[in-house]
Amino acid sequence: MDYITKVLSKNGLIVAFLVVGLVMIFAEWLSKVLTNKKIPGSAIAIFSGLVVAYIGGIITGGNKGIADIRQLSGFELMGGAMFRDFAIVSTAMGASFSIIKKTGLAGVISLMVGVILSFFVGASIAVAMGYQDAASITTIGAGACTFVVGPVTGTAVGASSEIIAISIATGVVKSILVTIGTPLVAKYISLDNPQSAMIYGGLMGTTSGTAAGLAATDPKLVPYGAMTATFYTGLGCLLCPSVLYVLVKFIYP
Amino acid sequence: MILRGVALLSGCFIIGQLMGETLGRWLHIDANVGGVGFAMLLLILAQKELEKRNLFTKEMEDGVQFWSKMYIPIIVAMSAIQNVRVALSSGMVALLAGIVPIIICLAMMPLISKISKTQS
Repeated sequence: MDYITKVLSKNGLIVAFLVVGLVMIFAEWLSKVLTNKKIPGSAIAIFSGLVVAYIGGIITGGNKGIADIRQLSGFELMGGAMFRDFAIVSTAMGASFSIIKKTGLAGVISLMVGVILSFFVGASIAVAMGYQDAASITTIGAGACTFVVGPVTGTAVGASSEIIAISIATGVVKSILVTIGTPLVAKYISLDNPQSAMIYGGLMGTTSGTAAGLAATDPKLVPYGAMTATFYTGLGCLLCPSVLYVLVKFIYP
Repeated sequence: MILRGVALLSGCFIIGQLMGETLGRWLHIDANVGGVGFAMLLLILAQKELEKRNLFTKEMEDGVQFWSKMYIPIIVAMSAIQNVRVALSSGMVALLAGIVPIIICLAMMPLISKISKTQS
């Protein structure tokens, strides 16, 4: 049996292609049989991915979901930042430059509002849960932006590793909820055109969550949402450890 | 040649990433600022230029399209490597601080949409 594991882990990326393919066929089938195509197959597939990640985490106790199982380690490459960003960029082909330019200002506003509002709501929750020191409050607030902003900020302001772990978890919860929730709320916030997708991307920020959520809603919206979301993490890393930290420190010296 | 499309995409991607990293350095933060966004803009502009010169072939488009169609499978793989276990077991702070800001930001959506409409 050992040589099978060896073959599988040596050809990890190809195994990942195969397994994802099977998951997607299964998801399409579920979508047709159980929901009469009301819930798109891609949404079910993405959700299945999360379930699989949870199972992988429980089995191995690791942090990389299913990729911690050696035979399926290729998932780390296929689902990693390189392929993700490469595929997101490719969706821009055929996107309209004039729409992006026209929505530019609203996109910038949504980015500012998204980062600052998420930070303060996250920070307030930290305070409500009993945290009193500026570094912890700031780091959890930053985690409410994305799971990259949290640890970057936490390291910069000198938060404890436990707080940094919480901030990462906060960002992951956000990304998962945006992934699952986007197709569900799309109708109510008229998320059905490029303009609103750009604003949505700026408000939510999490590139992975927004991109996955929009993919499950309407793949045509992905490039527009990703366009603004990609600036969110950078803006968060810029504002949280600096201006926003100083502000929190002013209130909680 | 289908690879021309892939190469075009790769070129835009790498230049965009470099721009994002450079911007991050300028701002003195350890993060890539908008790398994906820059790459997307480059791809859109490159496509426009090539079309103008009649150099954008169907095969070239196929090279980019392939990756665009691989997008959802890649996102499925990405979901499968998230740290869902920790997210679910990190207690109330992580759950609340992850969920509540989203709801409040969602509530801002109509307001900003309105700004965008009055602007255009």
